[in-house]
Amino acid sequence: MSVNRTEQFKTAANERILIIDGAMGTMIQRYKLDEAAYRGKEYEKWNQDVKGNNDLLSITQPEIIKEIHGQYLEAGADIIGTNTFNGTTISMADYGMESEAYKINVEAAKIAREVADEWTAKTPEKPRFVAGAVGPTNRTASISPDVNNPGYRNVTFDELVEAYKSQTKGLIEGGVDIIIIETIFDTLNAKAAGFAVLSAFKELGIELPVMISGTITDLSGRNLSGQTPEAFYYSMSHLNPFSIGLNCSFGADHLRPAIQEISAVANVYVSAYPNAGLPNEMGEYDETPEEMAGKIEGWAKDGLINMIGGCCGSTPEHINAIAKAVAPYPPRQIPEVPVKMRLSGLEPFVHG
Amino acid sequence: MTNQASTSFINIGERTNVTGSAKFRKLIEQDDYDAALTVARQQVENGAQIIDVNMDEGLLDSEKAMQTFLNLLAAEPDISRVPVMIDSSKWSVIETGLKCVQGKSIVNSISLKEGEDQFLEQAEKIRLYGAATVVMAFDEEGQADIADRKYEICERAYKLLTEKLNFPAQDIIFDPNVFAVATGIEEHNNYAVEFIEATKRIRENLPHAHVSGGISNLSFSFRGNNYVREAMHSVFLFHAIKAGLDMGIVNAGQLMVYDDIPAELKEQVEDVILNRRDDATDRLLDAAEAFKGEGGKKQKQDLSWREGTVEERITHGLVHGINKFITEDTEEARQKAERPLHVIEGPLMDGMNVVGDLFGSGKMFLPQVVKSARVMKQAVSHLMPFMEEEKRLNGTADAEANGKILMATVKGDVHDIGKNIVGVVLQCNNYEVIDMGVMVPAQTILEKAREENVDVIGLSGLITPSLDEMVNVASEMERLEFDIPLLIGGATTSRIHTAVKINPSYKRDQALYVTDASRAVGVVSKLLGEEGATFKKEISESYKTIAEKHLAAQQNKRRLSIEKARDNAHKVEWKETKPTKPAFIGTKTFTDFDLAKIAEFIDWTPFFATWEMNGQYPRILNDDKFGEAATSLFNDAQDMLKKMIDEKWVKANGVIGFWPANSEGDDIVLYEDENRDAEKAKLHTLRQQIARENTSGKLRANAALSDFIAPKDTGIDDYIGGFAVTAGIGEDIKAKEFNDAGDDYSKIMVSALSDRLAEAFAEYMHMRVRREYWPYATDETLSNEEIIAEKYQGIRPAPGYPAQPDHTEKETLFELLDAENQAGIELTESYAMWPGAAVSGLFFSHPSSYYFGVGKIEKDQVEEYAKRKGWSLETAEKWLSPILNYIPE
Repeated sequence: MSVNRTEQFKTAANERILIIDGAMGTMIQRYKLDEAAYRGKEYEKWNQDVKGNNDLLSITQPEIIKEIHGQYLEAGADIIGTNTFNGTTISMADYGMESEAYKINVEAAKIAREVADEWTAKTPEKPRFVAGAVGPTNRTASISPDVNNPGYRNVTFDELVEAYKSQTKGLIEGGVDIIIIETIFDTLNAKAAGFAVLSAFKELGIELPVMISGTITDLSGRNLSGQTPEAFYYSMSHLNPFSIGLNCSFGADHLRPAIQEISAVANVYVSAYPNAGLPNEMGEYDETPEEMAGKIEGWAKDGLINMIGGCCGSTPEHINAIAKAVAPYPPRQIPEVPVKMRLSGLEPFVHG
Repeated sequence: MTNQASTSFINIGERTNVTGSAKFRKLIEQDDYDAALTVARQQVENGAQIIDVNMDEGLLDSEKAMQTFLNLLAAEPDISRVPVMIDSSKWSVIETGLKCVQGKSIVNSISLKEGEDQFLEQAEKIRLYGAATVVMAFDEEGQADIADRKYEICERAYKLLTEKLNFPAQDIIFDPNVFAVATGIEEHNNYAVEFIEATKRIRENLPHAHVSGGISNLSFSFRGNNYVREAMHSVFLFHAIKAGLDMGIVNAGQLMVYDDIPAELKEQVEDVILNRRDDATDRLLDAAEAFKGEGGKKQKQDLSWREGTVEERITHGLVHGINKFITEDTEEARQKAERPLHVIEGPLMDGMNVVGDLFGSGKMFLPQVVKSARVMKQAVSHLMPFMEEEKRLNGTADAEANGKILMATVKGDVHDIGKNIVGVVLQCNNYEVIDMGVMVPAQTILEKAREENVDVIGLSGLITPSLDEMVNVASEMERLEFDIPLLIGGATTSRIHTAVKINPSYKRDQALYVTDASRAVGVVSKLLGEEGATFKKEISESYKTIAEKHLAAQQNKRRLSIEKARDNAHKVEWKETKPTKPAFIGTKTFTDFDLAKIAEFIDWTPFFATWEMNGQYPRILNDDKFGEAATSLFNDAQDMLKKMIDEKWVKANGVIGFWPANSEGDDIVLYEDENRDAEKAKLHTLRQQIARENTSGKLRANAALSDFIAPKDTGIDDYIGGFAVTAGIGEDIKAKEFNDAGDDYSKIMVSALSDRLAEAFAEYMHMRVRREYWPYATDETLSNEEIIAEKYQGIRPAPGYPAQPDHTEKETLFELLDAENQAGIELTESYAMWPGAAVSGLFFSHPSSYYFGVGKIEKDQVEEYAKRKGWSLETAEKWLSPILNYIPE
């Protein structure tokens, strides 16, 4: 991102609650694509099934991805996330597509860039930003997949750094404004991602704002690897992130205490993009835009957030309703946080 | 004065260090990581706030050992909750460690030993990995030994880090090198002084940076004499902490209390540490001889908190629920205080405030708070005679409480665990609680409230008829012109019921529902605080909305007519069924049944729920959040359960019975004998009227319990069973004993355990019935766990519960069983059982029988039910009020 856009982004975040887009997967489902559609011309002869590889659609069905981005921008999103949630070599291994990972990131970033620029031209008073989405991968660096062997790991920090660094470089090449490390269920994965992102910045001689977004995986209010939201923030604060927050998790109801916890201690912006409620028996999210926006309005009213959007189950209608609901409220004020040594295990430890 | 008790000093556990602990080194060498983890766990349990992990041993693959240990640590939430200090002199080991920890840890250490470039490179990596770091006072010329050099190196490192790398100053910890003193070498004599001096200058001149040290180096020359070593550490820390040392690698459990060091020894140690005399070393060496082998007499690790001030000790005792020392601590505080009352208002309330804050922020759990209250009560009871004496002498007043709250379980109901817990929590927060006990009529409650001029009334109840009684109390408060808030709590109560039924009956002030004990204090303090009026207004408005929504929702809910519901009854192909005949007709009594046998069938999950800890047993014992508290509670429960059994605190009685039976419509007729011509009794059942969705061709039935018994016209000989069991005979006596001793924790515990035993007795009895007394499942082979999970054929629904919400049906059951005489269980006017730890119900054997909830019912069924029961419509509507789907006229 040019220095100019970084400045624009900071200015926008100071002025108002920024709107993040909603779910990509939920929208893709609406197109009911089959195997052939996923393959497109480019991968007609690929030697294994690729249906479900949503990130691949940036190459094979770019018009669909553009359309979805466009709908979210039309709904009022300031920030759109690239379609690269699984865009690491590690996740692409599920489809034997490690070799395509870099290209996927570049293309996804370009598509998002194009649509965002169109909208910025349409509404220059509301510039739109592209966040390069860096997902958690499908492995955990601090949890053993084998209950009988708790010391075992199926991925190492170094492997993660390598995969994430390549993804970050692809996203930057495609022209993203921001890097967002999101849906973090294992903080060690995210620390590797952060390590990779900062290393990539250094190698490319560029520096973009970094957004960090964890996820709470059970009702005890911790992430999968067991950290409390505050401990998680301390684990990630060395990245000097632009924002810290949570996404996915449960619906807004259940996420609120965790957001409050982070909001109280973070001396950076706070973001949130919860799911549209909890999945029902059919695995579908059925919180209506009005319900979700109603809950989120309270967050804005109480000054908990700087950036808000939706995750699983949310649609442009949800984002539109949320954007309208939070519009009257000023963004969260970053609190004065005393200078102290802030460490963490699973729990925070503050000294000084 | 104290040293390590200071909250601003951080204990870093040193035992998981192969260079410092021979035991740990052996475990790692032998690959015994389980035991190695135990060492780490003990450190955390003993109060280490950070654990230092060091694997620097020549024969070890240090990288691998570091990685293995940290990976395993990550799987132990009770250890990995604290940050790790990754300790190695080898950078590769440190980097390996940094790749294994998700938390923000501390690196120990880097230094300028190899020059600025390497120092900065490593520091930058540390930033990338997200850690704080220890910086040793070591440069190209070597390790600094005098204060000037120590400080100069630290200042240089500080500038490099903060100015060149923008390294956060608060993440820098300087280690100005603790060296051994009293070695016999003259140059060493001033080492401690140099350290203390350097510490002072670092803290004064390098903002936000910390100072740490490996304390045990200091006493290296006294190896083998732990007593003197501990005394040296204690004296050193005392002075170094004053100078600004704010972290230290220590064995937290092995520190002598500064004040406990014998005066002569203290002086000699102080001479050495502070380098006050030339012959200090010799004098200490001589004196040390006398203390050889004293190590065995050292204080137990977990008593290090005794070194604090009396205020700190009182707080510690309260927070940790330790009552062993509270009387002596309270006495000490009393002697210091001007008036005994000041001890309550000062240190005791301060301590309870800490408890309150911890509980409020979810860092303490209910059983711990109740234990704290026990300690508090003990302290207060020690002060009482002094306060009375004082009152007698000069008539001064009592302590001022935050407010006065009257609590009672309403008439007809006997359940009081929840109420007792709320009472304890309120008392912990300095509210005066007047507990009127159980089965208290409205009039008695309100008279007492007037007499005591209370600020709030709290009502509790567990069975559904209590809901009506609460409405009654509310109406009486309205009539008698009360204007204080009314709190509603207990298992069957709800926000909706409070908003829809109770609150509208009491317009003069506010009735409000309190979810659980943890909310009680917040609610009461808001009600009685300055913003009370605003809070009440908010509640009042939200209740109005709830009531309106409820009404609207009710009107939307479609219900079937009772005829239609009956058309969709649960269908059984009776022709294919041949009910098993019970082993006897009539009743069988069990008196003073073996409690140990019953205890095997306890379902512990609800036990934890009683203490507001929700989670499945046994998983809850290892739960991140509750694990520690749950384990401690469980251990206490096991201890008491053993006593209850061994010393027969309670008696378990039961009675079961079987009768020939057939259904007639929605009723079940019981016969005197197999001739089935003389009717012995009639049980009435209620039918679901919910409008079912016809999904995928299957329509779920509108069930009534009578569906599970063969109709008379089938000609099939069917049977029904009944039971009433208790494990609460004598519980009230024991509970009173504890109450009189001020021990609420044990009082609640004995009730909770009696309840569990009663439930377990019912479960056990049901098993015997299935296998023996009504042998329809003789080949059943289920484990206790599977039985507790109800994986068997047949059900035992209880009157008053979802499958038959009418409590009055218990009367018929109790007459059939002669339960009062046979088992010593009585029914109150609301049909609650007394003793409260009792369970009753019906046995159904049919393979297709299942538990269901009747849900809301319509007036057509209520009218018909009234006729069947011989009631007026009004009576029926009173008893069935919680399930009416309409508002009676």
